[in-house]
Amino acid sequence: MSAHAEAVGHEHHGPPPANRSSRLDPATLGMFLFIASEAMLFGAFFTVYFFVRVVNPDAPPTWPPPPYEFPVFVASVNTAILVTSSFTIHWATQAIKRGDRNGLRAGLVVTILLGAAFLLTQMVEYAHVGFNTSDGAFASVFFGLTGLHGAHVFVGLSLLTIAAVRSFRGHFSPEHHHGVEIPGIYWHFVDVMWIIVFFAVYVL
Amino acid sequence: MKNPLRDEASAFQVVLVTLGGALLVVLAAWVNTWLGLAVFVVLVGVALWAIRGGLRQHPPQAHVVHDGGPERRILVVANETVGGEELRALLGRKAEGVSEDVLLVCPALNSKLRTWTSDEDGARAAAQSRLDACLARLHSAGVAARGEIGDGDPLQALEDALRTFPADEIVVSTHPPGRSNWLEAGVVENARRRFDVPVTHVVVDLAAETAV
Repeated sequence: MSAHAEAVGHEHHGPPPANRSSRLDPATLGMFLFIASEAMLFGAFFTVYFFVRVVNPDAPPTWPPPPYEFPVFVASVNTAILVTSSFTIHWATQAIKRGDRNGLRAGLVVTILLGAAFLLTQMVEYAHVGFNTSDGAFASVFFGLTGLHGAHVFVGLSLLTIAAVRSFRGHFSPEHHHGVEIPGIYWHFVDVMWIIVFFAVYVL
Repeated sequence: MKNPLRDEASAFQVVLVTLGGALLVVLAAWVNTWLGLAVFVVLVGVALWAIRGGLRQHPPQAHVVHDGGPERRILVVANETVGGEELRALLGRKAEGVSEDVLLVCPALNSKLRTWTSDEDGARAAAQSRLDACLARLHSAGVAARGEIGDGDPLQALEDALRTFPADEIVVSTHPPGRSNWLEAGVVENARRRFDVPVTHVVVDLAAETAV
């Protein structure tokens, strides 16, 4: 039987690809559920943050309360670093989809370096920020939110390091690159959370 | 619902959209705090709308290429109503005086949670059971019919079937209005829009049949 259904105005030879409907493969579903649980965890921390800053009747009129200041410039640079790392991990996954293994390796290595730079900068920021958790609720919230995010960056870096080692062993191909794709999704989630943390805590 | 974390490329788009949205909120908040809050609420609304499929394009109309064979091919999609008397009577009438080839598709209807977790064995088994019973009755009525289990989405099940079965006509069997989820979801209207094949809608009232 030669007849078949095809999209109007679309050149097509042979049988059309099977439709996968809206289903997710189990690995991606697992990461999606994990990210959903992580979003709830961050949600709890943001609830505390907005309570301390907005709902609390004793909330300081300015944020952070004088004489303390947040290092906004350093955090801005860190934000730029992390956003750039999203571009590089995207570059890496697009490279392996094209079969470009060198592009994959370069993208992963650069992403890891950028992530490590972010963590290092955050540690330096903590050392010089001029307050600690005993200086008030605002400080506890600050270290809680940014520290929670830093822990996620560390987890993301661990996943990316595993992916990088595997890439240098030639494990990935245009057809099989879940080991890069899924850490990439997680890395983007970490990046999104930082953007929200940065604008909520440092800028607004 | 469209999953924004379906793959790395989609997640990357989320990063860019979040960055742009955050910049908009901050700019608005610098002008006025309440304006910033308003922009935030609007952006969240737009994001929810997009996640619920607001940006999704409608699938292109499927064109069925017929090979001009002598048989009249009828594609039937039915689920709980697959054993209904009206459907059997309709197929019997359409088969009169012509050489017919009937393909009966039973979508494996499943809950979203079970679909997402790939737990569809039960849905497929139930659909297979209904399909087998109906095929036996159609054969006993002299209708040359065969069947298969389809996607849980009836429109997708039709499109999948049309890829290998270039039907001359589609028959959609549903419960009466008010009791049919498919009618609620506009399956018949969407099938008419999506496939350039005549679509016949047959209503099967199983409750009335049981009462008789």
